[in-house]
Amino acid sequence: MPLDLTTPGGITLALTPELVLTVWVLVLMLVAAWRHRDAGVQREVGLLTVIGLVSTGLAVAWLWAQGATPVGLPAMMALDGFRFATSLVFLLGALLTVMLSLGYVDRERIQAPEYYVLILLGTLGMMFMAGAADLVVMFLGLELMSVAVYVLAGVNRRSVFAAEAALKYFLLGAFASGFFLYGIALVYGATGTTNLWLIHGRVLELGLGSNVMMIAGIGLLLIGFGFKVAAVPFHMWTPDVYDGSPTPVTAFMAAAVKAAGFAALVRVLHQAFDGLPIWHGAVWWLAVITMVVGNVIALAQRPLKRMLAYSSIAHAGYLLVAVASGSAIGSAAFLFYAVVYTLMTIGAFAVLAAAGTGGEQGVLIDDLNGLATRRPWIAAAMTVFMLSLLGFPGTAGFIGKWYILSAAVDADQRLLAVILVGASVVSAGFYLPPIMAMYMRPAPSAEAHQATRIVGAARWAVGVMAVALLLFGFWPNRALDAARRGGESLRPATLYTLGR
Amino acid sequence: MNQIPSAVAWTWLIVALPLAGFVVNGAFSFFAPNAKRAISAVGVGVLVAAFAVAVVVVRAVGAAPPEEPWILTYWSWMPAGSLQLDFALQVDQLSAVMLMVVTGVSAMIHIYSVGYMGEDPGYARYFAYLNLFVFFMLVLVLGANFPVMFVGWEGVGLCSYLLIGFWYEDKVNADAGKKAFIMNRIGDFGFLVAMFLIFQTTGSLDFREVFAAAPAIFEVGGATITLITLALFLGCTGKSAQIPLYTWLPDAMAGPTPVSALIHAATMVTAGVYLVARANVLFAMAPISSAVVAGVGALTALYAATIALKQWDIKKIIAYSTVSQLGYMFLGVGVGAYASGIFHLATHAFFKALMFLAAGSVIQTLHHAYHATGRHEDAQDLRNMGGLQRYLPWTAALMWVGGLANIGVPPLAGFFSKDDILARTFARGHEAPLFYLFWALGAVGALLTAFYMTRLMAYAFHGPNRTGEREREHLHEAPWVMTGPLVVLALGAVAAGAINLPAVLPGHEWLARWLEPVTFMGGLYLVEGQLGAATEWTLLALAAGIAAIGMIGAWQLLKPAVLKPAREAPAETGIQRVLLRKYYVDEIYDTLLVRPLAWLSDRVLWKTIDAFIIDGVAVNGVARVARLVGWVGSRLQTGQVGTYVVIFVLGTIVLLRALLRS
Repeated sequence: MPLDLTTPGGITLALTPELVLTVWVLVLMLVAAWRHRDAGVQREVGLLTVIGLVSTGLAVAWLWAQGATPVGLPAMMALDGFRFATSLVFLLGALLTVMLSLGYVDRERIQAPEYYVLILLGTLGMMFMAGAADLVVMFLGLELMSVAVYVLAGVNRRSVFAAEAALKYFLLGAFASGFFLYGIALVYGATGTTNLWLIHGRVLELGLGSNVMMIAGIGLLLIGFGFKVAAVPFHMWTPDVYDGSPTPVTAFMAAAVKAAGFAALVRVLHQAFDGLPIWHGAVWWLAVITMVVGNVIALAQRPLKRMLAYSSIAHAGYLLVAVASGSAIGSAAFLFYAVVYTLMTIGAFAVLAAAGTGGEQGVLIDDLNGLATRRPWIAAAMTVFMLSLLGFPGTAGFIGKWYILSAAVDADQRLLAVILVGASVVSAGFYLPPIMAMYMRPAPSAEAHQATRIVGAARWAVGVMAVALLLFGFWPNRALDAARRGGESLRPATLYTLGR
Repeated sequence: MNQIPSAVAWTWLIVALPLAGFVVNGAFSFFAPNAKRAISAVGVGVLVAAFAVAVVVVRAVGAAPPEEPWILTYWSWMPAGSLQLDFALQVDQLSAVMLMVVTGVSAMIHIYSVGYMGEDPGYARYFAYLNLFVFFMLVLVLGANFPVMFVGWEGVGLCSYLLIGFWYEDKVNADAGKKAFIMNRIGDFGFLVAMFLIFQTTGSLDFREVFAAAPAIFEVGGATITLITLALFLGCTGKSAQIPLYTWLPDAMAGPTPVSALIHAATMVTAGVYLVARANVLFAMAPISSAVVAGVGALTALYAATIALKQWDIKKIIAYSTVSQLGYMFLGVGVGAYASGIFHLATHAFFKALMFLAAGSVIQTLHHAYHATGRHEDAQDLRNMGGLQRYLPWTAALMWVGGLANIGVPPLAGFFSKDDILARTFARGHEAPLFYLFWALGAVGALLTAFYMTRLMAYAFHGPNRTGEREREHLHEAPWVMTGPLVVLALGAVAAGAINLPAVLPGHEWLARWLEPVTFMGGLYLVEGQLGAATEWTLLALAAGIAAIGMIGAWQLLKPAVLKPAREAPAETGIQRVLLRKYYVDEIYDTLLVRPLAWLSDRVLWKTIDAFIIDGVAVNGVARVARLVGWVGSRLQTGQVGTYVVIFVLGTIVLLRALLRS
């Protein structure tokens, strides 16, 4: 279905999913504002949010199934498989977060119906960010997402840690956004455009490969993205913010926000700066440092939540390996791993949310001792998540890592592949102890783990995530094919000639 | 390739049914271990259903015999570069024969198990394992390429290990399971090497492609093909208990008796024979390997028979007899008589399963008797039996049928199949005198077979009873659920010979002609050795004579009347002792291989290399350093936004500097 994005009809159709989500945001904001602070309404808003996310997902799927393509160059918004695939990943992450939150906000008595609205707004920002065909639209999406998440981090107003997390995130996030915007400005200065396709055309046409303004712009963009995806050394905010935020929000940040940052990064690097060797080395080093630092520091963490925070930094390193390959296989590997990573990260945080109370900062790995005898299903699910994060064969995490490795080897970055494997070996040192605690240690007392339970929608979410991880681990072909199609759609080989 | 009949499309069901049985019974063993009726219904039901489907499929094969195997591809299993492996099953004449043997005999043994294992607390677990075994066995015989077959090959090994150690509370049983597992691993190494070599040379692992390509790629008698086939045969010696890897099979008798009947007599141990017959092109192109196969087979046939002469444990005798009969099968496929090997495989499945199950009935009643009176005697020792035909008339009669078939008394099944192998070995004697030697080994083995089988029967069922005064009243016939399957198997042991009567008799060599499409490729490389009608009649008469001499000799020499019960028996001396201790092979392996390896692994590999160097220095040392670095890293996490910004800016400077300098 070719769409002319310069006509109002064309752009409206191209933006169907975003528009559907926007309408939901407005409606739910009204509902929340109308009847303030009522636990029952909060539940209703949550359920409506689920419906909103699913209907948006259907809109994305519909547009994808129609095979929507732009006439000529995409202005402002891209219209390709990569956009649809990433949108679905964000919607999946948001959906799982909402399902976890339904019980969590009741338990923690977080009474703020706008909580769900903010999740929707953040998701909308992600969809704009990853689907943008223009750096300015991308920046708008980034800010929409970021502001929503800053508020979410501090949504529990009774918690001093949450307030600290929100403030730190906001201060550092604003700082990083400055770099990002400055990067856009420099790229515009060098090429005279902010459209990704046109940038690509100009770079090749004018031979801007070694232009200082251009390189500085790319560097500043990388820093902006590096902050969002928590790449070392721009990661310092991550442990504190993840630790202080309510656990479902942490899951949302670790999974969806990070995936959005990566999706936009992949789009910019693989589309606008394709064929520029300059960024490969930088991303290569970022990947190495992030993998090593994330994994090594995670080894020393005893609190489960901080361990998972560092684990998410380590995984940013793995995803950077996929980005560094700069190939279609790399984009496909990123897409597949983004889905898997969303499932296993949110799953692990869901178990953490069940195991503690009051922000779950105090839950140590040793507090899981004997969980397998008291709560065998929760322990089994946690085992799946941990093994998948570790990349154990038979789980989806293994297939995802293997795919990233093959992308790296294919791009002739063997050393990077070796480092990735080495880092994964190190990660066994912090993914296995929770399993050991659950299965090989006795419970400290007879009453231990009485309060550990996962109820309602969260139970479904955790079950589905664990089963899906095993299923993708044994039978990944379908998902890999979809990822491959999404990844290949990023190759604008013929398009830059149109841009002349 | 001819059209696949619609009935053959049901093949997947034959494989899926036992798997479903395993899943359901596995669930039962966790949630309702005492629902014995349901467990029996599922365990036996899936086998009977699988047998029924197998009959339908085999009838389709019979109605329109395929020129080439029918390949049923289910899913792409391992697409990796140039290796395209499908999970595919293959139906042809050979797998049809194996299908009938495996599903038919398994169904009988499952029914028997309902009675034999009825009081065992692990009833559900037992049937789950047994169903799983049948699933893997069917994958083994139906697999359309080497890796699928290997999955079955490993799977049956696993089930064998689980079932040998079924009563794992007893350390002897668990050790026997481990021994079987390790011996099989040695053989599997050969199988794997063969697979790699085949893939390297032919670029494929599908049976059809490999066998079709073999004549063009390999040179007859060349080094590569010889190496491949010898490696394959190493796998066979492990799985099928041939010299030198046979010692696990007699120990495997620690498992429940129906398991011995199913796995260690009728099906799994014959997998090696099936493999050689399946890969007949490869073996026929490697005359040296074929001679090795035949030689090892003939030697094993004789050697195991000598050990069986002096054993007292009734199951051990039958176990060594199995090793010996497997030797005959390898002699058959080794001399290029692939159909004869498969023929003996089929008849042996009937009479040996019959022997084991009948022995199981005897053991069970003795066990109950000793249990009732509280005496601790060996229920498997022949010296504690004697005169049992008075108490177990049906079992005695049926076991005699099995014994006579095993001895090779005309016109029972074993007579025709064993004679077929020996005759074809003899027929190749004009090529090389070596084959006359193999024939002679086989013939002497047959004489000994007649002797030890008669000995077993005479000591167990005739003469005075030595079980004990008070135990005698507890001896009774097995229930019908156990004797019924024996009757069916006995019918097979009597009549199965009819499928491949010698050329001089009417309806001759039906099975050989049935298998022709599978074996003709191998036949191209063999010299057709025809026996005259006179020679063939002479050999038949000679075989009957050997059987008669062995039986009469045993009957005359042995005196059941003066035998003492095991408790009072004097110690053996001289050659008898050597035979009783099985030529001390276990002890020799222990001294030459196990103990030096154990010393090496304990002192050098474990305490020095593993515990000190790897664990102490490498692993723990590295882990400690990593933890220390991690600790330092988390100290940097001060919580101060200012610090974070400083690090951020430092990172920015380094990144921009690096980018702009290059």
